[in-house]
Amino acid sequence: MPVRVQREDFDAGREIGQLRAADPKIGAVAAFIGVARDVNDGDAVATLTLEHYPGMTERALEEICAQARARWNIADVLVIHRVGELRPTDQIVLVVVTSAHRGEAFFACEFVMDYLKTEAPFWKKEATADGTRWVDARDADEHARARWKATGA
Amino acid sequence: MKVTVLYFARLREALQREREVIDVPATVVTVAQLRAWLVARGEPWASSFAEIKRIRAAIDQAMAQDASPLHDGAEVAFFPPVTGG
Repeated sequence: MPVRVQREDFDAGREIGQLRAADPKIGAVAAFIGVARDVNDGDAVATLTLEHYPGMTERALEEICAQARARWNIADVLVIHRVGELRPTDQIVLVVVTSAHRGEAFFACEFVMDYLKTEAPFWKKEATADGTRWVDARDADEHARARWKATGA
Repeated sequence: MKVTVLYFARLREALQREREVIDVPATVVTVAQLRAWLVARGEPWASSFAEIKRIRAAIDQAMAQDASPLHDGAEVAFFPPVTGG
């Protein structure tokens, strides 16, 4: 279950192709791409800079992927998360889950994103016309993660 | 007991440092006690830890709680709620 934290952009099509090529039992691929927006909290955003905690970030992502594997019958998980300075329309994160059938892939993909949002040590700082500011954590992300606990393991 | 303390994001900027090695007194054995000890040192720790909401901690690169025990040589990190994805 590959996890990559990198400055470079990624090619989702290529990544998906590589992930599923080796396993003919895969019948479903669910993918999510997070993208940098040009507006946040009503202000135009010029750049988005992502800081992370090297070492812990990779461990946290691997742990989240392990939880997804323990919970659903999936073939593989891939997480690529970018760091450094990004601009609106740039890709930020890719999550790909492969499985025999679509149900597990959809669930596991959303689960990985909800946990990544609240457990993986990344921080966003955005530059607006008024200067730079750290992005605040959103309660909605915490609620999204809590749903998975409410629905049981 | 010596611990390496790391700070990230808004907290790193407020403290104007990203890491420090601290020899903590024997009475400091948990995350919460380390945090209280840092704050008791005065500025900039006192106002930074007070102003930044919901600061979280990790020990040896795994999420920790207030009661999590420290150990000699531990890498302890303090940071604001995460905002990746």
